[in-house]
Amino acid sequence: MIRFENVSKTFKRNRVLDGIGLDIGLGERVALIGSNGAGKTTLIRCLLGEYTHEGEVAVEGLAPRTERTRVLAAVGFVPQLPPPLKMPVGQLIGFAAALCNSDEKRIAALALRLGLDVEKVRQQPFVKLSGGQKQKILIAIALGRDARLLIMDEPAANLDPEARKIFFELLAERQHDTTMLISSHRLNEVASLVNRVVELDMGKVVLDDRVADDVSLSGLLDCRIRVKRSEPAFAKALAAWDFRSSADGLEWTGEVAGPDRLRFLGMTSRYVALIADLSFSETEKVSLPETAA
Amino acid sequence: MKELWLTAKLDIVESLRARWFAIYSLVFGGLVALLFVFGLTESRVLGFIGLSRLLVTYIQLCMAILPIFVLITTVRSVAGDREAGVFEYLLSLPVGLGAWFWGKIVGRYLVIFLPVFAAMAGAVLWALVRGIEVPWGMFGYYTALLAAMGWCFLGIGMLISALARSTDVAQGMAFMVWLTLLLFLDLILLGVMIQGQVAPEVAVGIALANPLQVFRTAALALFDPQLIVLGPSAFVILDSFGATGYKIFALLYPTAVGALCAGAGYWFFRRGDLP
Repeated sequence: MIRFENVSKTFKRNRVLDGIGLDIGLGERVALIGSNGAGKTTLIRCLLGEYTHEGEVAVEGLAPRTERTRVLAAVGFVPQLPPPLKMPVGQLIGFAAALCNSDEKRIAALALRLGLDVEKVRQQPFVKLSGGQKQKILIAIALGRDARLLIMDEPAANLDPEARKIFFELLAERQHDTTMLISSHRLNEVASLVNRVVELDMGKVVLDDRVADDVSLSGLLDCRIRVKRSEPAFAKALAAWDFRSSADGLEWTGEVAGPDRLRFLGMTSRYVALIADLSFSETEKVSLPETAA
Repeated sequence: MKELWLTAKLDIVESLRARWFAIYSLVFGGLVALLFVFGLTESRVLGFIGLSRLLVTYIQLCMAILPIFVLITTVRSVAGDREAGVFEYLLSLPVGLGAWFWGKIVGRYLVIFLPVFAAMAGAVLWALVRGIEVPWGMFGYYTALLAAMGWCFLGIGMLISALARSTDVAQGMAFMVWLTLLLFLDLILLGVMIQGQVAPEVAVGIALANPLQVFRTAALALFDPQLIVLGPSAFVILDSFGATGYKIFALLYPTAVGALCAGAGYWFFRRGDLP
């Protein structure tokens, strides 16, 4: 599906990519990780045909730079930083849908699933939306067409837990016929989304590892937490994950999306002194034994 | 073709929403309105002197304002989008670079030409309603001249925009280009000729390579066919081109300059990094 062959990129005297060689097959979900300046964004821009470079990049045998429209017709892209577009949301969706031979209604329906009613923001300038709203629109545009390659740069960073859960479901619906390249600074943000990890450092691939694909993208975990005492900050954090509390505020229950469990545990780790008991159980398919903290 | 029109439409809608377009339209609409007000004021004494003088004054003012307006607003097109980080996303959509670049030019061209034309057409319409004689030949030629002038400076603007990596640099370059063309209108040429360092034909040749001078001379030629106000330069121009030949040259040359600059801008745009 994607082939990088000895790809290098130099800005003035700064070599940002240094002989990258990678083959990514159809259906692979690749986490592209690395610290700031590792070359992730540059690699993505080479893949999108936006940067000139040494070496060869091919998507289904076509060079993105010279066969732009054919390659990009099969690519859905979500950038890390939403573009500061002054055009209204409706116009952006219309423009993208017309270029991608997609349907505005399909994009609007996806945005609605993510929790954003396009009709309510249609006339608003895109740049004036909140970070989460922008991300939902860009995800809806990327997923609202028949893309065989999804390139996403920190796609869930600005989403609330509920929208993230839906986002994972949307990815799960596409996982068998779509290749995904998900970039992130930290592996724990994307670990459960992917079945392969590629780490870049100083423009080189320093790790290329396939990981166990045992977390269902659409799976849900029932979670129960018992706390030693009621703490407003923890209650607020759990409420953001749509958790419900008992009358005395000492027991909390809710659902966590399978791929989001590392992020959830990351949040709870800040309140570890408060937690008396924490358990997860899978709600679908085979139930896993409960784990207790 | 669909991608080109979609990009053009996007640029048009963006421009119509921008503050610069409101100011731009107000300036040219206001100019015509002012010229009418002064023309009508004069008419209390002498009677309305006709549309010819209004059109001549309008085209002279356009020559002073239009180029810098077009340059300053156009150079922000590519450089501004690149600087703002818009390219990374919009150029990840399946749009060809040619369709994107030329679509922006088409959209921008319509946006800069239509207000100046509409202001002039409005004056003609008003004259028709009031039963004032309309110099159709002059109106037609000035329309073509404005179209050529708009295209010429749009092309130069897009070249600068494609070359510059930031809006500040692009605007600085645009201002320098405009200033250089302005200086070579008369001041420097006259100085050179007075010092006798170059042949008058060379000085006139340099002047005629300057699109601003070409427009200025063409606009003058309509009410002063012998170009008496230009002095001895007129002999060189009329001997070389003839009156009709010069009128045609004044349309073709700036159009060619605009097309060449736009083409060069596209070449630079597509060969480098986009974001």
